[in-house]
Amino acid sequence: MNSTVSFFYFLSFLTILSAVMVVVSRNPIHSVLYLILTFFTLSGHYILLNAQFLAAVNIIVYAGAIMVLFLFVIMFLNMKQDNEESKTNLTKIAATIVGGTVFVILFGAYRKSIVPSYSPETFDSQIGMIENLGHLLFREYLLPFELVSILLLVAMVGAVMLGKREIGERHF
Amino acid sequence: MDLIEFLVKTATIFVVFVLTLVIAMYSTWAERKVAGFIQDREGPNRAGWGGLLQPLADAGKMFFKEDFIPALANKWLFIAGPSLAMLTALLASAVIPFGSTFKINGHEVVLQGVESNIGILYVFGVVALGVYGIMIGGWASNNKFSLLGAIRAASQNISYEVAMGLSLIAILMMSSSLSLGEIVAQQHGANWNIFYQPLGFIIFITCSFAECNRVPFDLPECETELVGGYHTEYGSMKLGFYLFAEYINMFISSAIISVLYFGGYNYPGMDWVYSQLTQALGSETGHNIATLIGTAVFFGKAIFFIFFYMWVRWTIPRFRYDQLMNLGWKKLIPLAIFNIIITGAAVLFLKPVITAWLN
Repeated sequence: MNSTVSFFYFLSFLTILSAVMVVVSRNPIHSVLYLILTFFTLSGHYILLNAQFLAAVNIIVYAGAIMVLFLFVIMFLNMKQDNEESKTNLTKIAATIVGGTVFVILFGAYRKSIVPSYSPETFDSQIGMIENLGHLLFREYLLPFELVSILLLVAMVGAVMLGKREIGERHF
Repeated sequence: MDLIEFLVKTATIFVVFVLTLVIAMYSTWAERKVAGFIQDREGPNRAGWGGLLQPLADAGKMFFKEDFIPALANKWLFIAGPSLAMLTALLASAVIPFGSTFKINGHEVVLQGVESNIGILYVFGVVALGVYGIMIGGWASNNKFSLLGAIRAASQNISYEVAMGLSLIAILMMSSSLSLGEIVAQQHGANWNIFYQPLGFIIFITCSFAECNRVPFDLPECETELVGGYHTEYGSMKLGFYLFAEYINMFISSAIISVLYFGGYNYPGMDWVYSQLTQALGSETGHNIATLIGTAVFFGKAIFFIFFYMWVRWTIPRFRYDQLMNLGWKKLIPLAIFNIIITGAAVLFLKPVITAWLN
């Protein structure tokens, strides 16, 4: 086994382990920290695929911004471990059924889907570099790109509207 | 990658690492000297000549203090906090270009840890992670004041990252490259970015003050409101690591400012110096000495900005928290977007006109 493959297996093991720990750990702060670790290992996978831009953006957006907000909210809520027991058996059964169904659907989709193969000889290893990505985004996928930016703008305006203080509201 | 190349890279990274640590260490001494100068007193002057051994004495004191962990604190995260702060502070120095190249027996060695085509994004990502050390440490202390400091740090860093990223975009639009080595190489001679991006520079330096949690934005450790902020419960070398990480961050951000806006190792008249040196000392030695001069210029600029940080610290009082948020969201972000629009217009319309006129 060459070093890339063994590194891939090591990273995959770490990814799955930390993803499982997100679900298993009882302390929500620990869950968030394991989720951050999961994003890091995913970025490691991107680097193995030579997609450096995607790796960096994954770190900046997910680990750097979204997870900080998660941590922020959980610290503010000040969750204690003892209200863990408030879940009834009904919730647990429902959660198991929903989770199992999603798993079955994903597994079925995976079995049905045809993964396009590639030939290692003609594969362009520079495809994930930022220049190529930029050319692809701004030439072939320009319309979807612009539509996504409008969607993000709408989301941003909505967030500002929600966060805005209404007239007559108490001023802290 | 063959073994020689690997060893050379390892040596470069080690040198960068040691240099970062030494400069951060002497920043603590310089901070007190500058404070002394501004407040018209001596500053440290007992340990060694001019107090030069003071950082070593401090480190010794920190190491020998009792390493205390509060009873109800989360032990592992309490230790992880300062470790993460140090780790994220040191990570960013890997991609900074400290100089051009060294020539040894025809081999060229780049004075940069890792030359990556996403260099600036890497720095930005590491900066975004910097807040975790403070947040985790503050939360794990199990103390209300620490938690408030940690939450302040998080909201402050996220707010100012937005404006910082937007001010960087203007630079990227001009240089059309994300690689730090490429951005520096484009500022050859005195063609520095500061002349094209004065507004972007002001936004960037304000945001880097906020990202380093330096005065006037040191709200996370605001002692008049929060006792000691996120490091209230810390003592011994753990506290030392938090304080030390701040100085490393200062050096890194000074170096990044020097690279992005002040031409890094470039200085006016460098071509003349280079030709004089290569003529006098032969192409190899002359080249190496020219590189050394460039590196010295780079460190000169970085150290000037460290001094600037200290100067501001002992001159300007602390912001109030709502002022900080208003400045970040309502002033810097619109200004940064305005800067992007101006830069885009200049690159598209003004640049062809000027180049046509010059030719």
